[in-house]
Amino acid sequence: MKQFMVFVRKEFYHVFRDRRTLLILFGLPVMQILLFGYALTTEIKNAQIIVVDHAGDAASQQLTTMIAASKYFDISASDKSDEDIYKAFKKGKVKCAVVFPAGFGNDLLNGQVAHIQIIADASDPNTAKTLTNYLTAIMGEYQQQINPTANIPMRIEPVTRMLYNPELNGSMNFVPGVMALVLMIICTTLTSVSIVREKEMGTMEILLVSPFKPTYVVLAKAVPYLALSLIDLIIILLLAVVALDMPIRGSIVLLFLESTLFIICCLSLGLLISSVTRSQQTAMMVSMMGMMLPTILFTGFIFPLENMPLPLQFISNLLPSRWFYVIVKAVMLKGLGIGVIWKETLVLAGMTVLLLTISIKSFKTRLS
Amino acid sequence: MSERAIVCKDLTKRFGDFTAVNHISFDVDQGEIFGFLGANGAGKTTAMRMLCGLSYPTSGEASVAGYNVFKQQEDIKRNIGYMSQKFSLYESLTVKENIRFYGGVYGLSDKQLKEKGDELITKLGMEKEAKMMVGSLPLGWKQKLAFSVAIIHQPRIVFLDEPTGGVDPITRRQFWDLIYDAAGSGITVFVTTHYMDEAEYCNRISVMVDGRIDALDTPANLKQQFEAASMNEVFYALARTAKRSAD
Repeated sequence: MKQFMVFVRKEFYHVFRDRRTLLILFGLPVMQILLFGYALTTEIKNAQIIVVDHAGDAASQQLTTMIAASKYFDISASDKSDEDIYKAFKKGKVKCAVVFPAGFGNDLLNGQVAHIQIIADASDPNTAKTLTNYLTAIMGEYQQQINPTANIPMRIEPVTRMLYNPELNGSMNFVPGVMALVLMIICTTLTSVSIVREKEMGTMEILLVSPFKPTYVVLAKAVPYLALSLIDLIIILLLAVVALDMPIRGSIVLLFLESTLFIICCLSLGLLISSVTRSQQTAMMVSMMGMMLPTILFTGFIFPLENMPLPLQFISNLLPSRWFYVIVKAVMLKGLGIGVIWKETLVLAGMTVLLLTISIKSFKTRLS
Repeated sequence: MSERAIVCKDLTKRFGDFTAVNHISFDVDQGEIFGFLGANGAGKTTAMRMLCGLSYPTSGEASVAGYNVFKQQEDIKRNIGYMSQKFSLYESLTVKENIRFYGGVYGLSDKQLKEKGDELITKLGMEKEAKMMVGSLPLGWKQKLAFSVAIIHQPRIVFLDEPTGGVDPITRRQFWDLIYDAAGSGITVFVTTHYMDEAEYCNRISVMVDGRIDALDTPANLKQQFEAASMNEVFYALARTAKRSAD
């Protein structure tokens, strides 16, 4: 046990004296959380819009004001000719245009069908769709305001409730994904590099000749990184709550336990990488590049897994982050307990045991 | 028999069709400085790894410090020290931290660590450098420190794998003073080297060619046997018969 502690202390010295390790450990998560949290969002804010008002009556002006007041749109120009609109679209700055035809207000008040033309730049179909949806919503709201009682007979009015995330806040979906991504990258990279470094330096031989058991070498490598990753976890959670307004609706204790399980799983993966690679560069490439892309693709926080072809869905099941993502969403956003996520937890635990066994085995066999 | 530090009989290691070590037999006495020579690829490292408990022999018998290399690898590891050609201390740890780490790994108590550590630092004259990162020391100092650390737990045998590679002649001479000291205190020294002047310092030497030990005696006897003026000539005469190319 004392030998073990001697080893752990040595690992801490390594971490705190290596600027690169420190940077990965504390710089990377902060950068990634903020970057992904703010940059990766499907919300569109302050889209440039042109309003062409051929009607010029009270109704059209009220609607224009409502559009201008919404956080989604910035009116960049009004009263343009049709040709100017196309020019503006070609320049690419304007995403959307609204045209009120002459007599818009009259048509509306006289109970006739009042038309509004919405033109959107559909070179990016998703943005175009989102923006037209926003506009339709604003118009619906206006209709309600001016005519709250008169219900058109047989009108179906769907009342949508967005559960867990009523504002459709994009970062709510991303933050759990980014948490999974960041923890995965950091844990695998650091551990993988740390064992390979000893191989490169030649100190590994000395350790192997010493009475210190190979299994303990592997475990003693994992312990400091587990502790440091937990600090990382705290930083990430703080950033998520403070900077990105993420709620933690479920039990924090559960969240921590699940995260610890996930971290151990990733550490085991890192240990495995390090026992099969020979240089720090390779280990870093494998764990950073090799893990980054599959994690982004197959965790489900950017591309929905349900839409993927079956073989890809199968691949996604092999990724620990995919299961952790489900767990974090359930605990943080939905406030659910272990009763709902026991299956995912079991999968993670299974993966951890498997990875750790393989990495200790392969570490041992590589010695002889 | 207890005075024998290493006993080796028909020790063999095969990797598939390739016989890296081919039925080597030799004994090393306690306190002896035993030179283990051979061209690159002759099988020195493989033989040494088996004796250190790092890999299992394919056949043959060997005991190190009285322990069987097949069954008692853990006991062997506790009773040997090891230093390799690659510099083997942690560069980002200070001299003192390295001493404490290696001593700690070999199970020395805090009190022993303190005593041994201070003694070692005084002996090497490194009082001023005790708190410096090992990475900033000159190579010769590092090697001397590495050797001293390798025997900090008073092992019965210390294995040195080309310990003086890349070190200047004066430092090499000082290094050998440390080796003589260790041997004087009863530690058996098992050393591989490419420097023939160092071979002359050994009590006895063996020369490996193509996985076999082709010559084993004191330097003086070997020179006589091969009618050579220096160990260099002895080595050339033997190495010329090698069929295996160096890797």
